[in-house]
Amino acid sequence: MQYTVNEKGYYGNFGGAYIPEMLYPNVEELQQKYLSIIQEPSFQEEFNQLLEDYVGRPTPLFHAKRLSEKYQTTIYLKREDLCHTGAHKINNTIGQILLAKKLGKKRIIAETGAGQHGVATATVCALMGYDCVVYMGEIDIERQKPNVERMRMLGAEVRPALSGSRTLKDATNEAIRDWINNPVDTHYIIGSVVGPHPYPDMVARFQSVISQEIQEQLLDKTGKSNPNYVIACVGGGSNAAGAFYHYLDQLDVKLIAVEAAGKGVNSGFSAATTYLGKPGIIHGSKTLLMQTEDGQIVEPHSISAGLDYPGIGPIHAHLFDSGRGEFFSITDQEAFTAAMMLSRTEGIIPALETAHAIAVLENISFKKDDVVVINISGRGDKDLMTYISRKDEFTQ
Amino acid sequence: METLMHIKNRLTDIFEASNKPLLNIYFTAGFPALEDTVLILKALEKAGVDMIEIGMPFSDPLADGPTIQESSEIALQNGMTIKKLFEQLEGIRNHISIPIMLMGYLNPVMQYGIKNFCESARKVGVDGIILPDLPFDEFNEFYAKYFHENQLSNIFLVTPETSTQRLHQIDRSASGFIYAVSTNSTTGGTKDLTHAASYFERLNNEKLNNPIMIGFNINNKENFRYACNFANGAIIGSAFIKMLKESKNIEADIIQFVDSIKN
Repeated sequence: MQYTVNEKGYYGNFGGAYIPEMLYPNVEELQQKYLSIIQEPSFQEEFNQLLEDYVGRPTPLFHAKRLSEKYQTTIYLKREDLCHTGAHKINNTIGQILLAKKLGKKRIIAETGAGQHGVATATVCALMGYDCVVYMGEIDIERQKPNVERMRMLGAEVRPALSGSRTLKDATNEAIRDWINNPVDTHYIIGSVVGPHPYPDMVARFQSVISQEIQEQLLDKTGKSNPNYVIACVGGGSNAAGAFYHYLDQLDVKLIAVEAAGKGVNSGFSAATTYLGKPGIIHGSKTLLMQTEDGQIVEPHSISAGLDYPGIGPIHAHLFDSGRGEFFSITDQEAFTAAMMLSRTEGIIPALETAHAIAVLENISFKKDDVVVINISGRGDKDLMTYISRKDEFTQ
Repeated sequence: METLMHIKNRLTDIFEASNKPLLNIYFTAGFPALEDTVLILKALEKAGVDMIEIGMPFSDPLADGPTIQESSEIALQNGMTIKKLFEQLEGIRNHISIPIMLMGYLNPVMQYGIKNFCESARKVGVDGIILPDLPFDEFNEFYAKYFHENQLSNIFLVTPETSTQRLHQIDRSASGFIYAVSTNSTTGGTKDLTHAASYFERLNNEKLNNPIMIGFNINNKENFRYACNFANGAIIGSAFIKMLKESKNIEADIIQFVDSIKN
C-alpha cells in the first residue's frame, strides 16, 4: 500500500485537483515545478539553513518523565511549540516563501484559523520583503486577537472572511478567490495538507522534517528510531502529516490522529471529520468531508480554531480509509482538561489544538515499555484568553 | 451542429439555426424565493432570452463573487436542493422551448450521483451541464459516457491564461459551446472588456469546433454588444441577480432587463 501521493496527485481514492479553470495555470505551474525546485541542492541548503538559524531547529525531543509515570509508559514530547512563532507552521511557510521566490511571485496570500499559520506567513514575508495578505474568519479574529495583532505588527494585512461560518473554511474560500483574481503575480501559501494537488504533498514534505528529527533523536536516546506510537492532532492535518511522514511505511509504528469532537461527535457541534464525514470535495481536493445529504458543507465546531475545519487532508482520509492510521476524537472539555494537566505535570502550556493530542493518552492503554511520541504542535500563549475565560465552565 | 462529442440537443441546434448574438442568462435556483424557478424561466423565455443557465446553489462557491455567493446562501436557506430543483423542473418542457443548462459545483452533483444526475436532467429536458470544478481528465474518464447517453452538452470554461494546446483539448471534449471567461476573476466583476480583445481574437483564430459564449464582467447593453463582436453570444449572471434582488415585480422587471440588453 502506498501512503504518499501518486503521480496523478492522489492518495488512494483521495486528493486530486478539483479546481475551476481560472486556477488551472497557477496550480499546473506548481504541479510541474514543485518537486524539481524543492529537490535542488541550493533550495535544500537555504531551506535547512533557515530552519536551523531562524526557526531554531532541530526542536528538542523531550522525555516527559512525570507524564510517563502518570500514564505508566514512556512518553516523549516533540517540541514544535519551541519553533520561532510558536508552532510547526513555520516549517512550511519557510519552504513555500523560498518556492515563491524561485517562481518569481511578488505577492503572498494565506488563510489562517488559529492565526498560527497567518503569523508564520507574515513572519517569512517580513523576512523576505514580500507583501502579505492573510484571510481570517471574523469569528477567529475575535477569539485569536493576539495573533491578529502579531500579524499586523509584522506588516501583514489581515482581511476578515465574512461569509459562511466565518472561520477557517471561509478564510480559505476568500484566499482562493483572491488567487483567482490575481493569477499571475501571487503565490498562495496554504497552511495545511489540504487544497488541490500538489499542496497536500508539498506541505507534507516541508513538515516532514518533524519525523526526520524524531527518528534521529529517538535513535540517539533509545537506540531505536521507531517508537510504538506517534500521536498528533488533526484539523487539516499538517503537523500530523509531518510527524507521521517518515513512519508511513514503518508498519510497526502506530499512527494516532486526534480530531476535535467539539461538544461531542453527535452533538451537532463537532469537527470530527472521519467520524461524521463522507467522500466529497472541499477546497479543490477529494477527501472526507462533513456535509449534508445534498452535498452542502456543514459548519464545524471546535473550541480550537486550528481544528475547526469540516474536511481533512487527503493523506489522512487515506490513512483512515486504509486503516493505517487510528483516529480518535476529543471533546472541548477533554482538551481543556489535558491542557491544564500538561501545564502542571511538565511545565508546558500547549495550544488548544495540541491539547487534543495529549488528551488521547486517557483513551489508549499503553504497555510499560511502549515508546510514545506526542507532537506538541504549538504553544498555548495564543489561547490564554480562552484558558482564562472558560476556566470556570470546564473545571467544575 | 453535431460536435466531436456526438451530442445533439436544443443547445447545439440553436447555434446552427441562429447567426444573431445570443443572450444567455444565469440565475440561482431558489432565489429570491424557493418557488420562483418556473416563474423566472417563463419570464426569461417570454422576454426573448436565447438560453438559460440555472445555478444549483452551493455552500462554498469558490469561483463566485459576493452577488452569487449571497443568492446561493439565501437559496439554501430557502431550502433549495438538487432534488427539489428537478421536482420544480418536471413538466417545464410544456412551457419552455429554449435551451436550459444546469451550472454548479461538483460536490452536490457527486452526492446526488452523476449517473442519476444526468438521467434526471434529461428527463426534465435539460440540455447542458456546467461544472467548473470538474477536472477535464476526470470528465473524460468517468463522466463523458453519462453525458453522451443522455445527450447532455458538457460546457467547459477557458480563460485568458488557458494555453492554446489545452484550449484544443478542451474543445475536443466539449459540446454546446466553450464558455470563455472574459478575465481571470470571480463572477460579478466590472472589469473593462476592451483589455480582453486580443484574447477574444486569439480564441476566434483557433477555429474551434464549438461556438464561443463570453461570460464574466458582462452587465449591460454596451459590453454585451462588445463581447458579441467576438463570439456567438454572451452570458449575464450577477447583474441579473442584482436586479432580481431589488425587484418588486419579477416578471415585468425581467422583461425590462432583457429588453435593456437586447434592444
